Amino acid sequence: MISSIARRSHRNERIALSIIRLCAGFVIFAMAIILLYLAVEGTKTFFVDHFSPLTFLFSPDYDLDDNHPGAAIFIAGTLLVTVFAIVVGGPFGIAVGVFLSEIAPKSMAQLLKPAIELLVGIPSVVYGWLGLTLLVPLIRDHTSSPSGFSLAGAGIVLAIMILPTVISLSEDAFNSLPPALREGSLALGATRFQTIVRVLLPSASSGLAVALILGIARAVGETLAIQLVIGNATAFPTGIFGPTATLTTVIVGEMPSATQGSLQEHALFSMAFLLLIIAMVLILLVRFALRKRT
Amino acid sequence: MKRNAALAALLVGFSLSATSAFADSSITAAGSTALLPLVKDAAGAYQAANPSVKISVSGGGSGTGINQVNAKAIDIGDSDILPPATDPDLVDNKVAVIGFAVIVNPDLKIKNLTRKQIQDIFAGNVTNWNQVGGPDQKIVVINRTRGSGTRVVFEKTVIAPEKVTEGGLSEDATGTVISVVKQTPGAISYAAFSGTHGQPVTEVAIDGVPATEANVITGKYPFWSYEHMLTNGPATGEVKKFIDFVSSNTELLAKNSFIKISDMKASETNR
Repeated sequence: MISSIARRSHRNERIALSIIRLCAGFVIFAMAIILLYLAVEGTKTFFVDHFSPLTFLFSPDYDLDDNHPGAAIFIAGTLLVTVFAIVVGGPFGIAVGVFLSEIAPKSMAQLLKPAIELLVGIPSVVYGWLGLTLLVPLIRDHTSSPSGFSLAGAGIVLAIMILPTVISLSEDAFNSLPPALREGSLALGATRFQTIVRVLLPSASSGLAVALILGIARAVGETLAIQLVIGNATAFPTGIFGPTATLTTVIVGEMPSATQGSLQEHALFSMAFLLLIIAMVLILLVRFALRKRT
Repeated sequence: MKRNAALAALLVGFSLSATSAFADSSITAAGSTALLPLVKDAAGAYQAANPSVKISVSGGGSGTGINQVNAKAIDIGDSDILPPATDPDLVDNKVAVIGFAVIVNPDLKIKNLTRKQIQDIFAGNVTNWNQVGGPDQKIVVINRTRGSGTRVVFEKTVIAPEKVTEGGLSEDATGTVISVVKQTPGAISYAAFSGTHGQPVTEVAIDGVPATEANVITGKYPFWSYEHMLTNGPATGEVKKFIDFVSSNTELLAKNSFIKISDMKASETNR
């Protein structure tokens, strides 16, 4: 009797373990397939169409009818929009993180936290639509931009979108600091502001770096919200109020109609592969920042 | 274990019966957003008359339509342009003629542009409306995305031999283009009659010829094309019946500003 129960539980355990192994194996398999597929398709611009990677990366000439697959405009667009978003949204997010962790009364923090988490759940197309209906007319009426579609508009939408990520992670960074740091600083006669700026900010720096890097990762990959407000012009922006395009917007705009096996399809795959490489570099940076902390 | 197997069998059974219920009476069409209003209306009317047939219609652009039907992902690829010669399996079914209009923001009060002026504007040589007889207002060029059939027709019939500048904004569907032109001062773009007629945007005359169906029929107005419903191999069964229904339904064609092919006096096969 007992031995049969034991045998059964042994058998159940074996089954459970093999299911778990299967799941883990499947995830690794799927990741490998995606990587391999993108690597093969994404390098066809170079190996099949024989363009130099330097042309792809640095030529602003994107005219597929004339066989020019230069992606420099889109790479610049992605970088500019991301920098804009992180410069506007980064300090703001960290400030709110400090506020939630160090300054806000507990009841207020408890109210604000779910509100911020709610921001994450809003689909990106909704952000884009709000940008299109509120921000674009605002920029059109109050700046030199004749259409309102602009780098700045896309940057502002992105800055708002990365806020929840930056806020939550920077708040966590501050919360994980040992209380002795605060107590010691205050006991030595520092004001609360001095404590935050001179003691807590430097101590939390690697955690804040993680917050910013994950914010950047979110910004680099964002597609729909940007596509609706950036204007999708194949040109370098003429200023922060000029229209341009990014890697993600050109992929989503052209992929459905790109003929299979054409240079256009290969160039778009190369851009997707480049995005993947950027994402991997960012993740390595996060790991590096985290290791430094411990 | 036994229970799981039973569950799996049940699921498989469900999905099989689900597919077989729709298998021989479902039609999918996608592509050109210029042709979309007609196909949508026709699908509604056809399904009302034939309740056993299920037709799903979506946009995406002519390039998408050609791609998808070539990959056999859909039954009918809607397109404003002929399929490229590299897709020999695709069969062209012309269903109608559509005119396209160059549209500008109504506040400009511009009613006519010469072909040369349009070429200069879209090539980026002219950047202010006062250079072409309008108010002192910067020109905002709104293009269609690459892969749009409307853009190909525009380049071929109006802009050639010039080239469209890539610096302009681009939007990816007829409806979006019209709403952006409507709300942006100084905007100019182009779209099919099916989207522009009756909208609060100005359809400009080209070289003094107004953008009307009558002028397309006689060939006086240059900016028009056949609408194509492409099939992978010759159309058969319900798909063929539906395509014939679209091309022969005089009432729906007129309602959506399309022209019946047999009404055309001008002819040009390479469109």
